[in-house]
Amino acid sequence: MSNKLGVYICKGCGIGESLDCDQLVKVAAEKRAPAVIHDCLCGAEGVEVIKKGIAEGINFISIVGCSKRVNFDIFQFEGCMIDRVAMRENVVWTISRENYPAKTENDDEYFIDHVQLAADDYIRMSLARLEKVKIPEPFKLESISKKILVIGGGMTGMSSALDAAKAGYEVTIVEKNSTLGGYASKMRKQIPVGEPYETLIPTMVAETIKDVQSMKNITVKTNTVVARLAGQPGEFTVTLKNPSEKIEFDVPFPLPDDMKVDANGKEYDAEKLFEIYKEYNKGKKDVLTLDPNGELFGAVILAAGWRPDVLTADGFAHLGVGDADVITNAQFEEIAAKGKIVRPSDGKEAKNVVFIQSPGAGDDRDFNYAGSVTSMVALKQAKYVREDYEDGKAYVIYQHMRTPGLTEGFYKNMQQDTGVFMTKGDVTSVEKKGSQLLVSAKDTLLGENIGIKADLVVLAAGMVPATVDDPVVNMAYRQGPGFRDNDIYDGYADSNFICFPYETQRTGIYAAGCVRRSMTIEESMEDAAGAALKAIQCIDSVNRGVSVHPRSGDMTFPDFFFQRCTQCKRCTQECPFGALDDDEKGTPKPNPTRCRRCGTCMGACPERIIGFADYNIDSIGSMVKSVWVPSEDDYYGAPMRILCLYCENDAMPALEMAAMKKAQINPQVRFIPVRCLGSVNTIWIKDALAQGMDGVFLLGCKHGDDYQCHFVKGSELADVRMAKIGDALGSLALELERVGQFEVAIDDYDKVPGIINAFVDQVVALGPNPFKGF
Amino acid sequence: MTIDKAAPASASVLVVGGGISGLTTTLETAEAGYEVLLVEKNPYLGGRVMQLNQYFPKLCPPTCGLEINFRRIRENKKIKVLTMTEVEKVEGSKGNYAVTLKISPRYVNENCTCCGACSDVCETEIENEFNFGMNRSKAAYLPAEMAYPPKFVISPEISSDDKKRVQDACKYNAIDFSMESKTITVNVAAVVWATGWKPYDATKIDNLGYGRHQNIITNMMLERMASLNGPTQGKIQRPSDGKAPKTIAFVQCAGSRDENHLPYCSYICCMASLKHATYVREQYPDAEMTIYYIDLRAPGQKYEKFYKKLKDDPKVFFVKGKVAEVAEVEDGNITVTAENAVSGEKVRQTVDLVVLATGMEPSAASDKPNADLTFTEDGFIVNDFKKGGMFAAGCANKPADVVSSNQNATGMALKAIQTVVGR
Ligand SMILES: Cc1cc2nc3c(=O)[nH]c(=O)nc-3n(C[C@H](O)[C@H](O)[C@H](O)COP(=O)(O)OP(=O)(O)OC[C@H]3O[C@@H](n4cnc5c(N)ncnc54)[C@H](O)[C@@H]3O)c2cc1C
Ligand SMILES: Cc1cc2nc3c(=O)[nH]c(=O)nc-3n(C[C@H](O)[C@H](O)[C@H](O)COP(=O)(O)OP(=O)(O)OC[C@H]3O[C@@H](n4cnc5c(N)ncnc54)[C@H](O)[C@@H]3O)c2cc1C
Ligand code: SF4
Ligand code: SF4
Repeated sequence: MSNKLGVYICKGCGIGESLDCDQLVKVAAEKRAPAVIHDCLCGAEGVEVIKKGIAEGINFISIVGCSKRVNFDIFQFEGCMIDRVAMRENVVWTISRENYPAKTENDDEYFIDHVQLAADDYIRMSLARLEKVKIPEPFKLESISKKILVIGGGMTGMSSALDAAKAGYEVTIVEKNSTLGGYASKMRKQIPVGEPYETLIPTMVAETIKDVQSMKNITVKTNTVVARLAGQPGEFTVTLKNPSEKIEFDVPFPLPDDMKVDANGKEYDAEKLFEIYKEYNKGKKDVLTLDPNGELFGAVILAAGWRPDVLTADGFAHLGVGDADVITNAQFEEIAAKGKIVRPSDGKEAKNVVFIQSPGAGDDRDFNYAGSVTSMVALKQAKYVREDYEDGKAYVIYQHMRTPGLTEGFYKNMQQDTGVFMTKGDVTSVEKKGSQLLVSAKDTLLGENIGIKADLVVLAAGMVPATVDDPVVNMAYRQGPGFRDNDIYDGYADSNFICFPYETQRTGIYAAGCVRRSMTIEESMEDAAGAALKAIQCIDSVNRGVSVHPRSGDMTFPDFFFQRCTQCKRCTQECPFGALDDDEKGTPKPNPTRCRRCGTCMGACPERIIGFADYNIDSIGSMVKSVWVPSEDDYYGAPMRILCLYCENDAMPALEMAAMKKAQINPQVRFIPVRCLGSVNTIWIKDALAQGMDGVFLLGCKHGDDYQCHFVKGSELADVRMAKIGDALGSLALELERVGQFEVAIDDYDKVPGIINAFVDQVVALGPNPFKGF
Repeated sequence: MTIDKAAPASASVLVVGGGISGLTTTLETAEAGYEVLLVEKNPYLGGRVMQLNQYFPKLCPPTCGLEINFRRIRENKKIKVLTMTEVEKVEGSKGNYAVTLKISPRYVNENCTCCGACSDVCETEIENEFNFGMNRSKAAYLPAEMAYPPKFVISPEISSDDKKRVQDACKYNAIDFSMESKTITVNVAAVVWATGWKPYDATKIDNLGYGRHQNIITNMMLERMASLNGPTQGKIQRPSDGKAPKTIAFVQCAGSRDENHLPYCSYICCMASLKHATYVREQYPDAEMTIYYIDLRAPGQKYEKFYKKLKDDPKVFFVKGKVAEVAEVEDGNITVTAENAVSGEKVRQTVDLVVLATGMEPSAASDKPNADLTFTEDGFIVNDFKKGGMFAAGCANKPADVVSSNQNATGMALKAIQTVVGR
């Protein structure tokens, strides 16, 4: 089907008053695009006018009026490509006629009508784009597996398997140990989960295991781990093995940094690196070799849980660590599960037990990896002491009792128990006194230093996520077998987004339970349901050939023109989602269902061979080139032209909110929204400067550990690329100050105009681009 | 999506409440391929987080996530949204509910282009609830810059003169005073209640002086003040005289963890006050702040780190102790009295501004859904998974931060889907 262009110009919202719409029709005619003017396009009548055009064969439609952020559904037409020109936001509101009056009879031919010039340009840009894009067709896998793999058979894993199975999906649980249950099967009892929070409840583990076994569509494989997970959502090829085995399909690991350099610290060349890499992973098949006997899965739930932290005398000598009767909460739970609470040293009854919640020594933080769970566990374990011995006494010394939300009820009830003493306190020492231990603490609620004689001391050690020790998922991805950047979250397999707790850098693999954050069983089970939903949703999206979050529903995917690939590997390395693997030569292998459609690969590629149906090097490049750059031949004191490429997720809404408040933007700027700054290819910047534009700047999200970029790395990578562009500018004898990048958050709408206008002033001060007019 | 147009007769899942939890349940359900009807009683989506300036611990703007969610809603044909709509009753059983909805008039129809001409000419002013009454707004208004759907609203309080004025000003025939409230019935397989919370009424906490002294404000009021689109354009200042506060006291557990008010812990107010200290610090490098607390509930690696940042600030002080009394002294200053639980000393401190860390009360405590649900004594909706069919997500279920609300809301999407599948 050929692209048949049509332009519909709305005169509403002040557009008709500000602009000469007939002139816009003329501009459209330059591209042989018929244009229609209407008073209010978004009204029923206006929509009919567009539909009439569609009936006559128009299918690539430029709608000139308001931003695509408003009236989206009104301007959706089946089978058509729509381009929305935000004339209202980018021109009429931000370049007001009050500041830039229209041409009058007294003005000569050199009068510069900034408002109209901007409007004309946006029409050209829209048509240039429409000529270069295609209607996307979904990417479909030849066959898809709808099975879900759950790694870890603790309460989280079992719960998520049950939840997915109840929604009709087939599930396999792989569990490293010989039995299901995880830590919950090692407990005596469980913290209460609902009002009245008075008594401990039996653990839910036996019942849950029974449920799992009764479900026909759940398969359980114990003594099993994932050796490698290859492929992509919808067709993950998984090799399972016994934990003790070493097999050829064990996943290869990327080279550690220190092995990449020679004795002098110089990085080896690509060939040498590959040789060392092969040696390092000797006996293992390359990531691209699919296991012919592998099992196919559609999506994965990571529920590998946690292990008790090990406290050593190194950091905690003052707490008596090393003494047999100073133990962790996990060790205490083990004793409690076996029978009455006794001392490890001599097997004698432990009737006086001190629970220490915080290492103290002047700091009021809890032990590493502790949290509200460890506060509640102390209360539970205090209750064990009381259950076992009528004259038993439990002492809980905390800095902050962390029983947030409704679990406060449990704390409150425990305070009623006369055999449980709780106080804030800074533990200064734990010392052996005869057969007992003396726990000393200061700054307590008793107003003085206290000393408690104890049979047993229990430290509230934290819960270390499994991903600290081991990648667990063992992805056969070129970027490595584990989740990336977990160090930001101290090793938890967590998301960086508050709003999107399941979104990590690996598509189709969703973490839940204590591998993500320390949680109670109740919280873990809830989390398990969420992860199961995400897994199902991913499979469904793959089945429909559309992207998952954040571009959910997007049908485009990156297309590679491999003939021109120089195997530079940049796309493989920079993809924030590890969607690309390269082969021995370095040619990227796309895995479209791992891809989130951010376009970072497109921005990275120096050969410019990556693009999407509706968003590619040429479509944006042509928009840039379609901007008319006036020179001194056209005007005395020709206006400058400055290009702004801005993130459509945050910077664009920020600017539109500024526009709504009628903030004024320098009329010499032309804006082009991009999916993410990561998708900005420097060729666009070079093109802009080469055609005489005077400056270029990018607006994108905050980066760093608390990044706000929805595609994780986009703005950070753009920053790196912009730094490198300096050399290119130098060779063109252009000043560095002609390019810039600024961080803006979506609520920076008060600051954005100032940032933009200051950059324009900076460029104006440099004077026009010397290439202008050539 | 379709907004406020012909309401559907049926959907697979009904989500009640369009706060961050309801949005999440709606989107996650629809993106897994199911039809969802979302009803929200406000004229806009987003709920309470629309009123927040930043999220702890990342200090990022809530609108960033909301924008993505609004786009997802916009582009998803499986989602229908009704604003200004409440549930009157739910009849039937799991897999087959008949739900009666009441839709109040917005007086603005889908023709609205969001140009703002009506607001420009409107003279009637109404109390601005969004800003907790700290300023007034026009009776023809957009609830917030980022309001979604981006359509104006007209309050029934508008004067008759203004009715004519706004109608004349609107060029797009978008204002329609003949709109009336109407009642419709929809059939759904499952219902997710995401009706959220409201700030506990601080006037009930008699000893903390809210409502009697101007310079005692609540944490939610501080959120609005710190927000660029708030009553003071983002400036934190004293209500009485607009002065920049040099000393601030934060009173934790204002109403929470108190048998006479809310027996539970509200989960977020400790973290919120720590966050508020960062707001203040950004505007006033020298301000002194004291946080009076029982326990600082900043559990886990992420929250401990955030707390540490504040502990490192030499002008933020922490006192373990419950504030017992407040009194206004000269110039609108407030003296707070507390007992330092560690030293046993009575602390008396005079400050420029007092911020009460008021907790959350579930919406259902005062506005109980007319449906076959189980509630806790305090009005939280209990999830009975064995019974199924109807579920509670987010703060309708328990006090929680946004991360936990969204986790829970995603999980409830699946529970709802299971009901649809099992129908
Ligand atoms: C002392 C103590 C007492 C507690 N008491 C309570 C309580 O009373 N109530 C409560 O609600 N919470 C309690 N908790 C917290 C509770 O233990 C967790 O909420 C729960 O264990 C979380 O379950 P999970 O499935 O996420 O992790 P886990 O229980 O750790 O289960 C993870 C499973 O994954 C398996 N696994 C790990 N790696 C792999 C791999 N590579 N491949 C395959 N399988 C793998 C493990 O073998 C394990 O079976 C307590 C915690 C502590 C420290
Ligand atoms: C001072 C303060 C600061 C906070 N700061 C943070 C923070 O920094 N980070 C963080 O993670 N959390 C924070 N929180 C917590 C956060 O506000 C909540 O987690 C969040 O609002 C929960 O969202 P929700 O959707 O469950 O409820 P809500 O936001 O209350 O949404 C419920 C929605 O349902 C609607 N509704 C109610 N009843 C009905 C009905 N009958 N019919 C139809 N619709 C109905 C309401 O209008 C509302 O839109 C803070 C809380 C406070 C008090
Ligand atoms: S579009 Fe983004 S996620 Fe997809 S392959 Fe390219 S860089 Fe990776
Ligand atoms: S979060 Fe803090 S202030 Fe809020 S109720 Fe709980 S302990 Fe009190």
